[in-house]
Amino acid sequence: MLLFLLRRIGVMILTALCLSFIVFFLTNLPPNLEKIAKYEGNARMSDEEVAGWLENNGFNQPTLVRYGEWLGVVPGWTNDRGERVTGRCITGDLTAETAPARCGILQGYWGESRVFRDDVSNIVAVRLWMTGKLMLWVMLLMVPAALIIGVLAGMREGSKTDRTLSTVSIATTATPEYVSGVILIAVFASSAVGLKWFKGTATSAMDNATFENFFLPVLTISLYGMGYIARMTRASMAEVMTAQYIRTARLKGVSFRNIVLKHALRNALIAPFTVIMLQFPWLLNGVVVVETLFNYKGLGWALVQAAGNNDIDLLLGISVVSVLVVLVTQLISDIGYVYLNPRIRIS
Amino acid sequence: MEPLSWGQIALQLAIRFVPVWVALIVTFTLSIAYKRKLGLYGKLFDNTIGMVGFGLVMFWVYTALFVGVFDMIMTHDPLSTAMGMKNEPPGTPLRSPDEGEFAYYLLGGDTLARDVFSRMVAGAWVVIRIAPLATLFAFMVGITLGLPAGYFGGKLDSALSFLANLILAFPVILLFYLLVTPEMVETGIPSYMAIVLFLFPIIFLAVLINSRYRTQPPKRNVMLAVLIFVLGWAYLSLISDPETRVAFLPPWLDLFNIPGGILVVFVSVVFVNAPTVFRIVRGLTLDIKTRDYVAAAQTRGEGAWYIMLWEILPNTRGPLIVDFCLRIGYTTILLGTLGFFGLGLPPESPDWGTTINQGRKLLSIYPHPAIVPAVALLSMVLGLNLLADGLREESLKD
Repeated sequence: MLLFLLRRIGVMILTALCLSFIVFFLTNLPPNLEKIAKYEGNARMSDEEVAGWLENNGFNQPTLVRYGEWLGVVPGWTNDRGERVTGRCITGDLTAETAPARCGILQGYWGESRVFRDDVSNIVAVRLWMTGKLMLWVMLLMVPAALIIGVLAGMREGSKTDRTLSTVSIATTATPEYVSGVILIAVFASSAVGLKWFKGTATSAMDNATFENFFLPVLTISLYGMGYIARMTRASMAEVMTAQYIRTARLKGVSFRNIVLKHALRNALIAPFTVIMLQFPWLLNGVVVVETLFNYKGLGWALVQAAGNNDIDLLLGISVVSVLVVLVTQLISDIGYVYLNPRIRIS
Repeated sequence: MEPLSWGQIALQLAIRFVPVWVALIVTFTLSIAYKRKLGLYGKLFDNTIGMVGFGLVMFWVYTALFVGVFDMIMTHDPLSTAMGMKNEPPGTPLRSPDEGEFAYYLLGGDTLARDVFSRMVAGAWVVIRIAPLATLFAFMVGITLGLPAGYFGGKLDSALSFLANLILAFPVILLFYLLVTPEMVETGIPSYMAIVLFLFPIIFLAVLINSRYRTQPPKRNVMLAVLIFVLGWAYLSLISDPETRVAFLPPWLDLFNIPGGILVVFVSVVFVNAPTVFRIVRGLTLDIKTRDYVAAAQTRGEGAWYIMLWEILPNTRGPLIVDFCLRIGYTTILLGTLGFFGLGLPPESPDWGTTINQGRKLLSIYPHPAIVPAVALLSMVLGLNLLADGLREESLKD
């Protein structure tokens, strides 16, 4: 078990390094850097001025070296221009003597957002908290609802309840967030239909989340994931219900209710657990769409802002966080699967 | 003129779709009449859910074809605007219709006073052209890499699986934002990716023919020569585009150019879908390679590629067909996501994602410009999912 864990974590770190390098490479291509130079300097800089600016700010080193600097394993660049020394790590009150040699992700220096004019670590922390709040409610709504639908549909395979619930879950998986969000807003929040039960934006939910302003975004994300989990639960439940021990219990005269609750449910919930964990990458997509649609300023919203405004450090920070979330959930799902199901032996 | 009531709008819409109804009725009558001779496709018509799904999918396929090929169904030009029709509700008559012009905006006007209905059906043509083809390319890539990974195993498998997991661990939207930006197009990376990804169908087909007719060299040589000439030329004209960095073919040799943005969108959608297909094919191959008929072929001395492509691949067709239907739906969703974030396709493009994106700004006051494409997208993806469900049920029966 320990060896398996170590190997999984090793692969995970390797994956994270590869992914962050890909993102670093793609965000630091020459056209992006040129845009930064013009953004920081002025928009009418000539090509020589752009090249000079990039050289003075350490952007002309090889990508791999700059990736090392960003990561914090290579000493940051310094530039001695006679009257004063500038460098990657020389910020704020620090001088060339007092500044640390390395400053990167590993040292806790995430860079500065060029759009929000703030430390990336601050922005990511605040936005992650917002998104975390959203995800918590999504999980609280989506998981129980999906499991109930799945168990109800799977306990009597082929019945009318099964048919109806299965069709409903197919319908929700076929509805991406930007479709269900648009429909939900139009029906429940627009003046055209006139129900106006909920608010069409969730901006106010950032400080003060109420049922009125937070339910629609949570529902929108939940719906898309719900159908998939419900279908997995249904398949797993239907399989368990045909098992020998269920038949034995039935022959013993155990009531149907007890069979489902005491005998079938535990074994039927192993498969959905992995599925729920693996839903996280999809949920992240949903979060970006929903936060944009409902104007809820979380991590997804910040991602769109950073990508749209060529804010390299912020984009890198958000990518690292989201990739880590995905990888950690994959790891948890692997471990949990082994833990829940003793029959699985890992080689 | 009076605005149309909801009943009249429904009637007018039904009339506009008459060619589609005719085509659907013909398809269903013929299919049901001959369903016992049509294999899996025929069995679909024993299954209510499958039939509903097939109907929905074919509705959009026929709509797209009639709009794109015969220029029917549409009431107005999807890009032209009309005076005083901005954000008007469904069924509003035009202020001053020209001679012979359709006198109403059946589903209202959008923020730029264009006809919502015409844009919606024109969007079907955009989606139907991209989604199935992109899915097909993703399958070619996934199959060409997944079969050897599963069959040979070992280092090749580990390396390819690691790559696939790498792409799968990326949040899709981040990948789109990294790949489908003007700066990225300027560096030519999507074009280089297109060079690699579009090579796979040619490799796949060439290996397919080579492994089958290896024992009859004259026949094989002719077939391979024709295949490589035709596909190679199409491939070269596809990847060579004067507007990007990859422009090497002289114009008189260049058969066609993909209009702005579509190639990038196409490449990124294929890139996102291929790893999942790879995993499915790899898993199926691992399962099937232990079967007796594979051992028999190995004993006969068949080549590895013959066994993979002519023994294993045909036996994975059931799950693959089902996944193909599901994946077209997923690709449609991805295309919509791209449009929703205003990536790739030009902003005036009538595709559903872009239209939803434009309509959502005034959603709480004028919902119709966003609702119409949203419902269209929903019904098509739902149709594909139901179709896949029906196919799965029917293919499991025997």
